[in-house]
Amino acid sequence: MTTPRTPAEIGGMGHSVKRKEDPRFLRGQGTYVDDIVAPDMLYLDIVRSPYAHATIKNIDTSKALAIPGVLAVITGKDLAAYNLHWMPTLMSDTQMVLPVEKVMYQAQEVAAVLATERYIAADGADAVEVDYDPLPVVVDPKKALLADAPVLRTDKPDKKDNHIWHWEWGDRAATDQAFREAEVTVKEDIYIPRIHVSSIETCGCVAHFDKVKGKLTVWMTTQAPHAIRTVFALVAGHVGLAEHKIQIISPDIGGGFGGKVPVYPGYVIAVAASVLTGKPVKWIEDRMENIQADSFARDYHITAELAGKKDGQLTALRIKTIADHGYTDAAANPSKFPAGLFHICTGSYDLKAAHVEVDGVYTNKPPGGIAYRCSFRVTEAVHAIERMADLMAHEIGMDAAEFRMKNFIKPEQFPYKSALGWEYDSGDYAAALNKAMEKIGYAELKKEQAEKRKRGELMGIGISSFTEIVGAGPSKHFDILGLKMFDSAEIRIHPTGKAIARFGTKSQGQGHETTYAQIIAEELGIPVDDIAIEEGDTDTAPYGLGTYASRSTPTAGAAGAVAARKIKDKAKKIAAYLLEAHEDDLEWEPGKFFVKGSPDRAKTIQEISLAAYTNHPQGMEAGLEAVSYYDPPNLTYPFGSYICVVDIDKGTGEVKVRRFVAVDDCGNIINPMIVEGQIHGGLTMGLGPSLYEEIQYDESGNILQGSFMNYLLPTAVETPNWETDKTCTPSPHHPLGAKGVGESATVGAPAAIVNAVVDALWHLGVRHIDIPITPPKVWKLLRDSGVTE
Amino acid sequence: MAKIGIKVRVNGIERAAEVEPRLLLVHFLRENLRLTGTHIGCDTSHCGACTVVLDGRAIKSCTIFAVQADGREILTVEGLEQDGKLHALQEGFFQEHGLQCGYCTPGMLMTGYAFLKSNSNPTEDEIRHAISGNLCRCTGYVNIVKAYQHAAAKLRDGGER
Repeated sequence: MTTPRTPAEIGGMGHSVKRKEDPRFLRGQGTYVDDIVAPDMLYLDIVRSPYAHATIKNIDTSKALAIPGVLAVITGKDLAAYNLHWMPTLMSDTQMVLPVEKVMYQAQEVAAVLATERYIAADGADAVEVDYDPLPVVVDPKKALLADAPVLRTDKPDKKDNHIWHWEWGDRAATDQAFREAEVTVKEDIYIPRIHVSSIETCGCVAHFDKVKGKLTVWMTTQAPHAIRTVFALVAGHVGLAEHKIQIISPDIGGGFGGKVPVYPGYVIAVAASVLTGKPVKWIEDRMENIQADSFARDYHITAELAGKKDGQLTALRIKTIADHGYTDAAANPSKFPAGLFHICTGSYDLKAAHVEVDGVYTNKPPGGIAYRCSFRVTEAVHAIERMADLMAHEIGMDAAEFRMKNFIKPEQFPYKSALGWEYDSGDYAAALNKAMEKIGYAELKKEQAEKRKRGELMGIGISSFTEIVGAGPSKHFDILGLKMFDSAEIRIHPTGKAIARFGTKSQGQGHETTYAQIIAEELGIPVDDIAIEEGDTDTAPYGLGTYASRSTPTAGAAGAVAARKIKDKAKKIAAYLLEAHEDDLEWEPGKFFVKGSPDRAKTIQEISLAAYTNHPQGMEAGLEAVSYYDPPNLTYPFGSYICVVDIDKGTGEVKVRRFVAVDDCGNIINPMIVEGQIHGGLTMGLGPSLYEEIQYDESGNILQGSFMNYLLPTAVETPNWETDKTCTPSPHHPLGAKGVGESATVGAPAAIVNAVVDALWHLGVRHIDIPITPPKVWKLLRDSGVTE
Repeated sequence: MAKIGIKVRVNGIERAAEVEPRLLLVHFLRENLRLTGTHIGCDTSHCGACTVVLDGRAIKSCTIFAVQADGREILTVEGLEQDGKLHALQEGFFQEHGLQCGYCTPGMLMTGYAFLKSNSNPTEDEIRHAISGNLCRCTGYVNIVKAYQHAAAKLRDGGER
C-alpha cells in the first residue's frame, strides 16, 4: 500500500501524522516515573556487593540507622520472614530479591535503606557495613561447564553443575548428511558479547500501598504492566496482595528496548517497603546501578558451519551455542523457547537442512538473556547466518550480492516452510537487495574498492539481507508464564463521534498514541485528532502482554483493527436503520455509509455515533464500543537488505562508516515518518554494539564497563547520516497487512558493518572479527598482516 | 547538614531557597522547584539529559551544585515557550520528528538554544559536534540534526529568539 485511502483530515494509514505525544514532551511536561511524587513519600537506596561471589557473614546496620532520617534497613533475612527473599523469573528459574547466604554477582542487591529523603537514603546505603567471605568466581561459561568448576547455584540441592538446559531444534541426521555431501563448507566461532540497552531513563518505581483500601498502586518503568500485575499477585498472594487490589501504572517511559521487561529486585523491595510502612516509596536507579545490575542481552558463544556447492548453492546450516545467562535464567523469552527464536537462523536463504543446539550456562554475572531491541535472540540468529553467508561467498570467490540472490527464498515460495519449521508469511528479498544496490551504487563502489586496493587503501562493502520474526505470537506456541501472548484493544465511540481507545501494550517512544489512532481512523473514518489513546494503567486498559519483540503492531494493532471492524458492523446496522435501507445496499467510504447509487443518502460515522445513544434500532443494545483480544494466526516476517561502506584508517585501525543504505520491508506502513524514525534509531543501536558497546568482566568478576565512562554509546559524531528506503510486501495474515518494524534495523545492521570490515581486510587473510570492532582489534590485525602506516 | 540561602532566577522568576551545599542543581530544579522537564540519565556527565542554560551557556545541571547557581540566571525547557508560542527549536523537533521517547529531548533543546545563539547558520558537522554531549537512544540523531536546521533557518528568517 503506497497511497493512503483516507484524506489527510482523517489521517489513517500511510499519512505521516505529527505525533500526539510530542506537545507534552517538547514542553518538559511528560510524566516519567521520577517525576511522580506522593505525600509523605519515602526513598529507597540499595547497598550493592563489591564481590562477584561471596558469602555474607554479617550485615551491620547500626551506623546507617543512627543517621537522622534513615527509617529502616531491609535485608534478605527481613524478606525471608515473609518468604519474599527469592522470586521466580520469567523462565521459571529463581532470582534473589535480597540475599540471605551469598551474593552471585558484582553489584547485586545486598540490603536496602529506607529514608525520608533521597540524599539521606544514599547516606544510609553508604553506612551499611557488610562483612563478606569471597568465594571462587566463574565468569567464563566454557570454564563453568568443566567438571572441576565450582557449582554456583548451591541453593538448588540437586544441582551438581552449572549447566541450565540443553535445547536443540531441526533434523540432525539430515544436516549431518548434507555436510558429508557438501562440496564446500565454512566454519567460524562467532562471539556476540554481552551488551546493555542503556535507555536514557533508568529503571525505577513509586510503590504505594494504601492500608485502608488494601490497595497497592505501583508506578513503574515497565513494558508489560498487565503481566507484571499478575506476577506480583502470584509472588505476593501469600502476604495478601490479590490481583484486583494491585494497580500497575506505566507512565511515560524514557526508552525500553527490552530492559524494562524483567521484574528487578528494586521494584519488589520498594513494594515490600511500602506494604510494611503504608507509605509511598520511591526507588530510582542511578546509571551505574542500571548498567551493572539490570539484565543484559546477547552473550552467545556461537560455532556455526555452513555447507554448499561450489557454484554457490547453499545446502545446510549447523550451529552450536553456549549461552551465558549469568547466575539465573531470567531471560524474557516465550516459555517454550529457552533460546528464544534463535531457530530463525536459516535467515533469508532456502536451505534444505539445519540443526541448532544451545546450552544455557550459569556464571557469576547478573542475569542475561533479555533482548536489546530484538525479538528473542533474532539478532544472534541474523548475525550468525549473515556472517556465514558472507564467509561462504568470499571463500568461493563469488560476489556477496550475487551469492545472496542465488540462495534467497523466491517470492513464489511463500508461504515458505523453513528447514527449522517456521512458516514465513511473505517476502521479496531480491527486490529489497536490488533497491539497496541501486541506491548505493553497488557496481561503482566495487570498482572504487578495486582501485583503492591497488593503492593499498582499505575500503570494504558489506551486505546484510536479514529476515526477522516478530509479533509473538500464536497462542498455540507462545506464552509467558502460561499467559498466552495475545494482545488487546478496547474502543469506545462517544455520542459526539469522538473516541477513546485503550490497549494492552505500552509505548516507550514508539508513538502508539499516534499510530493506534491512525489505525482506528483508517477503519472508522474518525479523524485522528478525535481519538484519544491510553495504555499502561492496568485498572483501565484491557489485559495484554505488553510491548517488546516488535509485537505491538502485529498484535495490539491488529486488535485495534478488529475491534474497529466490530464497531463498523454495528454502525452499518444503525446506518441502515437511519437510512431506511437494507444493509446489503450500503457502501462505505472513509467516514460514512451511503446507499449504493445514491451518494446523497448517507450517514456519517459521527451521525451514527449519536444515533447509537439517542436513536438506535429497537432490540439493539445502545452504545458503540468493542473489545478484541487478538491471537495472531502466525508471526510476521519483516525483512530488509542493508549495504554498508567502510573506510579503515591503517594507522589507527579506526573503522569509519562512510555510507549505510537500509532498505526495509515491514509490510503496510501506518505512519511513514514514525517508521523511518524507528529505523534511524534501530540502525544506531546496531552501530553501537558493532563498533563500541561491550560489557566485559575480569577474572574476579569485576565489571569493566560499569558506567558511561567506558560503556560507549554512539554520539551524533560517530553516527552516519542513515540513508533509508523501503519495499512493501504486506503480511497476508495481519488485518492491516503490517509486520512491525521497531527492531529490524538493530537486528540487521551489525552483520552489514562486520561484513564490510572483513571485506576490507579479506585480502590480508582476515576471515572474521567479533563485535565490537574496536580500533585496537583492527590495528592488531593490520600489524599482524604487516600493514603499517 | 547546614543549609545555605540561594537566589536564582529561573525562567524569568526569582526563586529563593535554603539548600544543602551538596544539593545538585538538577535536584534543586526537579525537586525543590518541581520543574521536572530537566531529566537525569547518567552519573558521569555523559548523557546531557540534564542540560539547562546558565547565564547563556548550556551546562549539565547534574555536575554543578545548586549553590553555584546563586545569583545567576537559568533557563530550563519549561521556559522555552513564550506567550503560548513554541520556540523555533521545539517547532523544529515537532515538524522533523526529532524525538521519540522524549527523555533526552529537553537536554537536546537547551543545548540547541545556546548553540544557535552562537552559530546561527551551522553546518551538519557543526550540529553533530554541538550535540555530541547529548545522548539519544531512539532517534539515531538524523532528525535531531534536521530539527536544529529547521530552527536555525526559522530564527534567521524570522528574527525570532
